Amino acid sequence: MAAAPPRSHRHLLGIASLATEEIEALLETADGFVDLNRRSDKKLALLRGLTQINLFFESSTRTRTSFELAGKRLGADVVNMSVGASAIKKGETLIDTAMTLNAMHPDVLVVRHHDSGAVALLARHVRCAVINAGDGTHEHPTQALLDALTIRRRRGRIAGLTVAICGDIAHSRVARSNILLLTRLGARVRLVAPPTLLPAGMERQYGVTLFHDMRAGLEGADIVMMLRLQSERMQGSFVPSLREYFRFFGLTWEKLASARPDALIMHPGPMNRGVEIDGVVADDIDRSAILDQVEMGVAVRMACLDHLTRHLREAA
Amino acid sequence: MSRPFAFLGCRLLDPASGLDTVGGLLVRDGRIADLGPHLRADGLGPDIERIAADGLCLAPGLVDMRVRLGEPGSEHKERIDSAVAAAAAGGVTSLAALPDSRPPLDDPAMLEFVARRARKLKSVKVHPCACLTRGGEGRQLAEMGLLREAGAVAFTDGGRAVADARVMLRALAYATAFDALVVQHPEEPALAAGGAMNEGAVATRLGLPGIPSCAEVILIERDLRLVEATGARYHLGCVSTAAAVEVVRAAKARGLPVSCGVTPHHLLLTEAEVEGYRTYAKVSPPLRTEEDREALIAGLADGTVDVVASDHTPQDQDSKRVPFAQAAFGVVGLETLLAAALELWHDGRIGLLELLGAMTVRPAALLGIEGGRLAVGAAADLLLFDPGARWTVTEAGLRSLSKNTAFEGREFRGRAVRTLVDGRTVFAREDAAT
Repeated sequence: MAAAPPRSHRHLLGIASLATEEIEALLETADGFVDLNRRSDKKLALLRGLTQINLFFESSTRTRTSFELAGKRLGADVVNMSVGASAIKKGETLIDTAMTLNAMHPDVLVVRHHDSGAVALLARHVRCAVINAGDGTHEHPTQALLDALTIRRRRGRIAGLTVAICGDIAHSRVARSNILLLTRLGARVRLVAPPTLLPAGMERQYGVTLFHDMRAGLEGADIVMMLRLQSERMQGSFVPSLREYFRFFGLTWEKLASARPDALIMHPGPMNRGVEIDGVVADDIDRSAILDQVEMGVAVRMACLDHLTRHLREAA
Repeated sequence: MSRPFAFLGCRLLDPASGLDTVGGLLVRDGRIADLGPHLRADGLGPDIERIAADGLCLAPGLVDMRVRLGEPGSEHKERIDSAVAAAAAGGVTSLAALPDSRPPLDDPAMLEFVARRARKLKSVKVHPCACLTRGGEGRQLAEMGLLREAGAVAFTDGGRAVADARVMLRALAYATAFDALVVQHPEEPALAAGGAMNEGAVATRLGLPGIPSCAEVILIERDLRLVEATGARYHLGCVSTAAAVEVVRAAKARGLPVSCGVTPHHLLLTEAEVEGYRTYAKVSPPLRTEEDREALIAGLADGTVDVVASDHTPQDQDSKRVPFAQAAFGVVGLETLLAAALELWHDGRIGLLELLGAMTVRPAALLGIEGGRLAVGAAADLLLFDPGARWTVTEAGLRSLSKNTAFEGREFRGRAVRTLVDGRTVFAREDAAT
């Protein structure tokens, strides 16, 4: 038996627990996988013989597919498990689920859960690598990594860029992971949202600047990152209406005009056209990096799977 | 009747009279027969058992105003016998049981059931509180008169606030007919709904739904208007914010019949405990900021805060080993109440008598129960403690059926050595000298 790898390498639970060198290394590896993914033969054998379980407590198509492709391209046996609300109602606790799956000896668990901290809780009860594919409103580290890779490939760097993250910051794990990662790599981050969607204490602990006005927030920005607004939050609870939200916080050509002329538009998807972003803006291939993000997603997840299983290959 | 006995050479501490002196205390027939510096071994009759207690403190047994017994309904988390054993080990001789059990204590027969079960144990005195509203649902008044006759020492919906201002107004007004103490859980429910911890930077970083600090003071300010209108005796079960302390201080200055309590965990811990999604730091009201903690200590020291109570809330592992947002609120506290409170004295934040007063005579007076004082003729409900004894809190060391302590692994100074109720020893620490 090889010595147990350092704990920080066993799981990928959040950007907060990654060292800057680890982030750089993941981005480097992912960059290499981008080319592989563009070839007709996309298959490697790095994860051959390993079992990857995608355990999703919250429905997701794109993230799960992205992880599935990433695992398969590296040669892993990939199993998808969707735990719907019905299974939770049967009374099995998260820890029971973790221990049950652990007994099947997976090598990697990719977990999405609707509660913040749930993936870390599960990780404490399994003996394999765990990747957080989104936990509640806490973190979504692979999304932040793929966003960073997208920016790096389109702009050549991250340090010194001004990134405006706009929309439902309060309920967004994507925003939290991106704030942590982008500020770590030297970007200036601005948050643009109505006050009801900006949680307390952001400014001081993350060193970000807050805006309630899109034009002011986008002024001179290099990157405009839009967030999805969940439909249940549009009808009066956090914002008065869809049309009011679009009027003041939706991304249009007009508002984008205050950003740099070459500012890049990003969105983690799935988009609500006509809510947080005008469809025409989203579809402009010169300005929108939205499909790049999807492409980088597979590469970044391959890199994460690769890094987290390296100790297994070294032990063999 | 058992033989009379006397503790000798101990530091007598009576917050009610301000007595703080080395001396002895004589117990005869379950009552305090004599006490003071004049009581020495050589002056006692031959029939009296002498108990050397040099270096120890003798105080009135603690009165804990907020305890959840687990019965009825949650016997897998705590039973009356386990709660009482925990109380005795913690130096508590009287406790007020919160009525938010399942079913809630809103009926005289239920109340008598709990009181009878506790009496049978011949140990710590259990005084049930009754629901303020029927079923604790905040809609209709509970039978306050009948419940009072059945022994209810206070009226409260436990961990739930009475949200409806009209219901609260009527409850307070009605309570004055029986001079009943109304205890509120100060948390505006609409503001607190769905919240899991204090709203602020930590909650934002952890991605947890927050309970804003203003949820507490808003409800208190509303209720104070109702108290002013009715004259009812009003107590805030546990406050957690600087704003609440400030408002209560001003209300007392205006002469309103208001009092309030805090818990040891709010006095010693902050929201930082939640880091790592530690569900054992999930309590209601939530742990707040360092500024709030400082304000609570200042309030206790200047008398704005009347009571320190454990808010003992047993939760089993299944209620706590879940994602933070799903975890149940509450910590056990009976066995750490004294030691945790003593930290403030060791740190020089408050005098020993003032501190003990908040756990003895003041809660006893609010509840209208005997106990909480060292006086000739009073029941011999006593706490003998070693103020400097170092010990570490461990789950295994707790007598509660549930082990959800917020202080796991923490070293405290000060611990009960012996606990007596009506002159009977209900707890004696085996490894202690006395």
